[in-house]
Amino acid sequence: MAAGPASHGGLRRAQRPHLSKMERMVVSMQDPDQGVKMRSQRLLITVIPHAVTGNDIMEWLIHKYCITEEEALHLGTLLVRHGYLYPLRDPCHLELRLDETPYRFQTPYFWMSTLWPAAELDYAIYLAKKNIRKRGGLFDHEKEHYDQLHRKISHTWDLVVMQAREQLWAAKQRRKGDRLVIACQEQTYWLVNRPPPGVPSVLEQGPERNSCTAGRVQMPTGPFQTKTVDFYRREVECLRKALGRARVKSSVCLEAYLKFSSQRGPHDPIMSGCLPSNPWVTDNDTYWAMNAPSAAVPTRLRVEQWAFSFRELLEDPVGRAHFMDFLSKEFSGEKPPPRLPARAPPPRFPPAWGGPDPVPGPPAENLSFWEACEELRHGGQAQVPALVDAVYQQFLAPGAARWVNIDSRTMERTLVGLGRPHRHVLDDAQLHIYMLMKKDSYPRFLKSDLYKDLLAEAVVPPKTKRRVFPFMRKPRHSSPSPALLPASASREPSGGDGEA
Amino acid sequence: MKTRRTLKGHGNKVLCMDWCKDKRRIVSSSQDGKVIVWDSFTTNKEHAVTMPCTWVMACAYAPSGCAIACGGLDNKCSVYPLTFDKNENMAAKKKSVAMHTNYLSACSFTNSDMQILTASGDGTCALWDVESGQLLQSFHGHGADVLCLDLAPSETGNTFVSGGCDKKAMVWDMRSGQCVQAFETHESDINSVRYYPSGDAFASGSDDATCRLYDLRADREVAIYSKESIIFGASSVDFSLSGRLLFAGYNDYTINVWDVLKGSRVSILFGHENRVSTLRVSPDGTAFCSGSWDHTLRTKNYLFVSLQVWA
Repeated sequence: MAAGPASHGGLRRAQRPHLSKMERMVVSMQDPDQGVKMRSQRLLITVIPHAVTGNDIMEWLIHKYCITEEEALHLGTLLVRHGYLYPLRDPCHLELRLDETPYRFQTPYFWMSTLWPAAELDYAIYLAKKNIRKRGGLFDHEKEHYDQLHRKISHTWDLVVMQAREQLWAAKQRRKGDRLVIACQEQTYWLVNRPPPGVPSVLEQGPERNSCTAGRVQMPTGPFQTKTVDFYRREVECLRKALGRARVKSSVCLEAYLKFSSQRGPHDPIMSGCLPSNPWVTDNDTYWAMNAPSAAVPTRLRVEQWAFSFRELLEDPVGRAHFMDFLSKEFSGEKPPPRLPARAPPPRFPPAWGGPDPVPGPPAENLSFWEACEELRHGGQAQVPALVDAVYQQFLAPGAARWVNIDSRTMERTLVGLGRPHRHVLDDAQLHIYMLMKKDSYPRFLKSDLYKDLLAEAVVPPKTKRRVFPFMRKPRHSSPSPALLPASASREPSGGDGEA
Repeated sequence: MKTRRTLKGHGNKVLCMDWCKDKRRIVSSSQDGKVIVWDSFTTNKEHAVTMPCTWVMACAYAPSGCAIACGGLDNKCSVYPLTFDKNENMAAKKKSVAMHTNYLSACSFTNSDMQILTASGDGTCALWDVESGQLLQSFHGHGADVLCLDLAPSETGNTFVSGGCDKKAMVWDMRSGQCVQAFETHESDINSVRYYPSGDAFASGSDDATCRLYDLRADREVAIYSKESIIFGASSVDFSLSGRLLFAGYNDYTINVWDVLKGSRVSILFGHENRVSTLRVSPDGTAFCSGSWDHTLRTKNYLFVSLQVWA
């Protein structure tokens, strides 16, 4: 496996804080008092000191970090895979065995954080040594590499072989125990830096990241000098704003989270489960069918959710439709125009609000205006001028068909802005109307009979009975892709047949 | 929580994934340039595109479900409309929307298919009009690569947060391009940011092996999620629907589940054999999907699966 050299060379220590943490861990493991229990390991006739077993390591990890066995095993395995621990027997697989296999701590010389480039020359020497020692007993991938390197650096091959022989000869001068240890250390080092095929390389990092400071940020224009000055000017501005900002006490914020999470707890399928059942667990997608955006009868949880905040009411197409219903009813006091939930407007792109429908009262206008503004804000850039104009004609012009009531100051500002239309020109007006609805119509909606009826009629699906034979899998139904639905050019509403 | 679905098909590291609003489809992108759209409920692949570049680090599903966006080392963000027409080659209809001067690290559609927000290794974020490819707004302020971004679920829908290699998380106003707030307490690159469901706070996961919760109104960090035994960086974070749980995928191949309010770890999930690169909770909160750098091991007779759905 030819690991891309770029992924090794471009790394800097700062990008791998986990290595220094592992090293600290390994150092504390070797502490004579608090560390892992060391013993002398007998291997055939040699005695290797300072060896530990997999079990010892796990126990130490469990004790020190208060974690479970599974996690300790995982952590220990990671240490071995990164080459900080090596097995003395059978060092061709880097894994943490829980038997009596002795392990030792890798010498810092070979630690990953030294960031040696693990050059080809070194690898060639190592393979040559192994070749000589084992008389051709290299692994397949090692053989491949050996041949590759031989071809690549054939001009210095004599040097390689000579080095290899020298090192072997020097090793012979050492005691058998030391020789074994050094061989294992080296082998582990190369296992980490040149993993066999199929074993993921722990050195892989992803594209190089730059974490140098401001001067490097590229801007479209301007010489280097102005860039940094600009940058600092912005910084100063940002900090100045930060100083003047009103802050809320953290305790208040934390209480808000508590309230939010406990309110939403029953709605969270992972926390409280969902009825009839979680589709992923039981392979039954009834839950999705019941909660579909255009479901005829919403579930109880869904209707309750509309009371949490105005935003959530508007985000739910069924909720929005009912709210629109309520608004029209409220003003006229007569039967509302037929806007049944079964044909709920699609979530993002409301129907043409200039359609020939019977004219609802002003409160409903507010919602239509808000929807139109949303469409402007999130629409395509090319449509902006036309949309702005249309909105003005429909909602803001004096004597407009669906005139909305905005306060004079906002109206003035908006009219001025309309001279040079851009997508945010109606933001002020939109916000004003939104707040109006939120503070006025929304609370009334929640107290209304309409809402109460919805709550009463809402469905609470029964929990799916547990199957007696759990291995009988229900067929998983596929659902039509949103991309397939009719009139699905990118801007058209998805789902439903669009409103007239 | 257990793995409920395993999605086999990427031959190489999965770098990013996103859910569709229909709660079952996902798009995922990988190192070899493949972008695949799955119906993860049935585990069928629906669309596949091969990008001309490698390391596709960002992908996003359009809110309508009709298009996907992706980008990576090609410094661009491209939008592909999804089509079921067998005669059409998806790559033919590709639209190049964003142009940066360095790799694309994250992208996200705003509330509609018409606009897309991107973050790049050139230190900037930018808002683009999809139709014309026009740059609508750019956001300068990070001192290093920007690695992640997330849009705020607020009523006015005008802000987003980004995290970068300068250890800062910055909140931006989309309309003016100004940085509204900045938080700098992490000790290393911020790999992932995600808003709390109420929009008042956001969580960040970083290479310093911690996840932190920052509150926008208090303007400070309010919680740290860390443990001594966790030494590898968090690559990806997401909240459960109620915001009570924080799921974080780490580079030590595990997923840790944190109790947001107590600050303690609820559980640890093992299931990947290489670093978890991406993690997203489904839009209705019924499950979450994790993608990792696992790849097929042909020598060992079993498939490590790069994409898993947990519930």
